[in-house]
Amino acid sequence: MRASLTTLLALQLAGEIVTRSLGLPVPGPVIGMLLLFIALMLRGGPGHELQGTSHGLLQHLSLLFVPAGTGIMAHLHRVADEWLPLLLSLFVSTAATLAVTALVMKLCLRDRAAGEAP
Amino acid sequence: MNPQLGQLWVYLAASPLLGLTVTLLAYQGAFWLYRRSGMNPLANPVLIAVAVLVLLLTATGTAYESYFAGAQFVHFLLGPATVALAVPLYTQFRRVRAMLLPVLAGLVSGCITAALSAVLVARLFGASLPTQLSLAPKSVTTPIAMGIAERIGGIPSLTAVLVIVTGILGAVGARWLFDALRLRDPAIRGFAIGIASHGIGTARAFQVSEEAGAFAALAMGLNGVLTALLVPAFAGWLG
Repeated sequence: MRASLTTLLALQLAGEIVTRSLGLPVPGPVIGMLLLFIALMLRGGPGHELQGTSHGLLQHLSLLFVPAGTGIMAHLHRVADEWLPLLLSLFVSTAATLAVTALVMKLCLRDRAAGEAP
Repeated sequence: MNPQLGQLWVYLAASPLLGLTVTLLAYQGAFWLYRRSGMNPLANPVLIAVAVLVLLLTATGTAYESYFAGAQFVHFLLGPATVALAVPLYTQFRRVRAMLLPVLAGLVSGCITAALSAVLVARLFGASLPTQLSLAPKSVTTPIAMGIAERIGGIPSLTAVLVIVTGILGAVGARWLFDALRLRDPAIRGFAIGIASHGIGTARAFQVSEEAGAFAALAMGLNGVLTALLVPAFAGWLG
């Protein structure tokens, strides 16, 4: 728990340093995640301890969004003013994303199946 | 309010303890309701907890800043939790290597569709620029989406709520849409749900089957990374 939490924080710090010093538009923790992913590929998987710590953190991931989500109270006027574009955007975009992703994959799989046929 | 109680309130309102405890209590209660509902996506615990806290803070006249002074200790963990997402991503990545080409094609097309269609529809119906920017990362998991919103000039807390609503829409509606399009492959259905509606959709996919869930989890991780690379790079074009 102790060593793996240090690893996670150190990688987050490394990510912040990388994005800020290179002026990258990507959030620091995402770079930290990529660094950890690369490390896992090289090492051939997470150790027992890291597995446990990340499981513990991710199991209650949704709790961690609550403080930031509550910040919506400062923007309720915006939601009240722009509820129609917001709602339409969410509905249309969610449906379009589901359909496009699934249809593109289906097309690729069919091509592959056709290519493999004798 | 009698003087002693008044003093107590002054102490509590200024202490980080209250904001922290209230956050945990609201979430506990919301999670209990979610379980009682049989994990119905409409009873999303984050949405319920946020609604309860907003009502509570408004009713007691508490400023968000003094609440956040306590709640920031929970908020801080989002950073290491985002780094930790590499662990499930690695586990899923090994599992689905065989389908690399369709997975990559679905990822790229889905990622672009998610951000572009959200921004364009909002723009078409007259949303302001900060609102458009807050919508752009709405399909990726909350910690990454909030980081992106902050970077491109959106409103992170608005993004957090939009992300959750997107997750609920996908989790509730995907089944109906896939049936209408005659898409039956659980790998494809799972992957598309993970791209469009991140963790909430992934949880739903795991309820359907292990295979759909594994593909959804992979899609969520990959889309988080790709969106974090693409959206900030193109956000400047919107201005």
